[in-house]
Amino acid sequence: MSGLFDLYLQQFRTSLAAMLQYRAALVIWLIGQVLEPLIYLVVWTVVSATQGGSVGGFTTGEFAAYFIVLMLVNHMTYTWIMYEYEYRVRHGSLSFALLRPVHPIHSDIADNVSSKVISFPGMLLAAGALGLLFRPTFHFVPWAVAAALPAVVLAFLLRFFIEWSLALAAFWITRVSAINQSYFVAMLFLSGQVAPLTLFPGWIQMIAAILPFRWMIAFPLELLLGRLTPIETMEGFATQILWIGLAWILMRTLWRSGVRAYAAVGG
Amino acid sequence: MTILRLFWIYLRVGVMTELAYRANFFIRVFQSLLELGTALAGLAVVFAYTDTLGGWRPDEIVALLGVYFLVGGVIGVVIQPSMEAFIESVREGTLDFTLIKPEDSQLLASIQAVDLWGFIDVILGSVVLIIALVRLGERVDGMQAATFGGMLLAGIGIVYAFWLILATSAFWFVRVENILVIFQSMYEAGRWPISLYPGWLRYGLTFLVPVAFATTVPAEALTGRLNSATLLGSLGLAAALLLASRAFWRTGIRHYSGASA
Repeated sequence: MSGLFDLYLQQFRTSLAAMLQYRAALVIWLIGQVLEPLIYLVVWTVVSATQGGSVGGFTTGEFAAYFIVLMLVNHMTYTWIMYEYEYRVRHGSLSFALLRPVHPIHSDIADNVSSKVISFPGMLLAAGALGLLFRPTFHFVPWAVAAALPAVVLAFLLRFFIEWSLALAAFWITRVSAINQSYFVAMLFLSGQVAPLTLFPGWIQMIAAILPFRWMIAFPLELLLGRLTPIETMEGFATQILWIGLAWILMRTLWRSGVRAYAAVGG
Repeated sequence: MTILRLFWIYLRVGVMTELAYRANFFIRVFQSLLELGTALAGLAVVFAYTDTLGGWRPDEIVALLGVYFLVGGVIGVVIQPSMEAFIESVREGTLDFTLIKPEDSQLLASIQAVDLWGFIDVILGSVVLIIALVRLGERVDGMQAATFGGMLLAGIGIVYAFWLILATSAFWFVRVENILVIFQSMYEAGRWPISLYPGWLRYGLTFLVPVAFATTVPAEALTGRLNSATLLGSLGLAAALLLASRAFWRTGIRHYSGASA
């Protein structure tokens, strides 16, 4: 166990050093991360204002709060591993990772977390600025906020496992952009990024509850906003853990057969 | 006419390279359709809760979406790939080869790479636009069509000049491709009427990154919302930016000393 701890520590150090070299790229990436929720925030606050201050159980201020917190939760659970793997497999740089005595997912997790350590203050700043501009209404529910912390961690793990599995598609297919885009579209609607899930028709809400997307973003987000009952919260945690288990099995299976299928190109 | 002749040559080269990868066609059509479907589904969710958005009716927003795809397609066919190739050539020093050709260097740099599949978005955008106009029952007379064409050209001119100015700064800063990424995320905002956004953002999307002139203004011309101040402003800005980018390009070329090709 201490071996793994040392590994993470060392990986954090190298990742941090590498990230700090590309500060400008980090800022530009942050702008992109802020803009998308900002667009939907504007659209829904305008809709709510035209409909007399409230739509589908959300007031104008609650919409603002929803999309600002969405931005933060999305940032905390975000990964870019699919792009990374397409490159690794196509350029053969995965060969080096395979030579190391530890599973490559550890360095990927460490890499992701360290980049967020650097970018999170910027994200908080952006959230604060949006808070001043759009006057969100928060309902502070202490137990729900406390429960949201493990929910975010589980959401991060779930999203990481799922997207890491999806990234392994690069082993069999060299052009994965169409697959990734389909995934992003499903993510956009079913994780609550276009609109709060309760605004969708019943059958879409049903699909969203079954598929993993809701549990990667919408669940911790609704918890933070104090919109869930204790029972719903317990159900949510159970579903998250169930999906993490399934995703973990999927990931292991894909990784084992994928490595066998992998034919290094160049490198 | 030189422009058309040269563009035709580069387009043929683009076609020949891409035809080697025919499966790409289906992937790109799929991706464009997916993007369009996503946008329409997003509109469906919004309009389930309201009849108008910032004074725009659903079909009018769909028309705007058509313009968004159309202009995005034009950017994707030639402006973006050429500007990226140009920035790359400054870093690698291969710009030298462009400079020794006996045609205008700005023209050559601006059309040097053509991405054939970008036309998919141009076609899709036009289809969406026509369907939206038919559904609106809008009688587009000659005058309105001409204004729309003019505003579309002005918008594309503004976007081109904006990209050229950013790309030209590569002569001094070398690594500028990141700035271009900002434009792409800002362009997303052009899918919705610019009047929706709060003042500071509207200002940014009009003057800082001129997305408004590329999408909202041409759509306004078609839906009868365009006032003469915006019309003149768009034409004036297009002329000013095109001249400014030209002057900036000349300064940049003088500054360029080659990076050993």
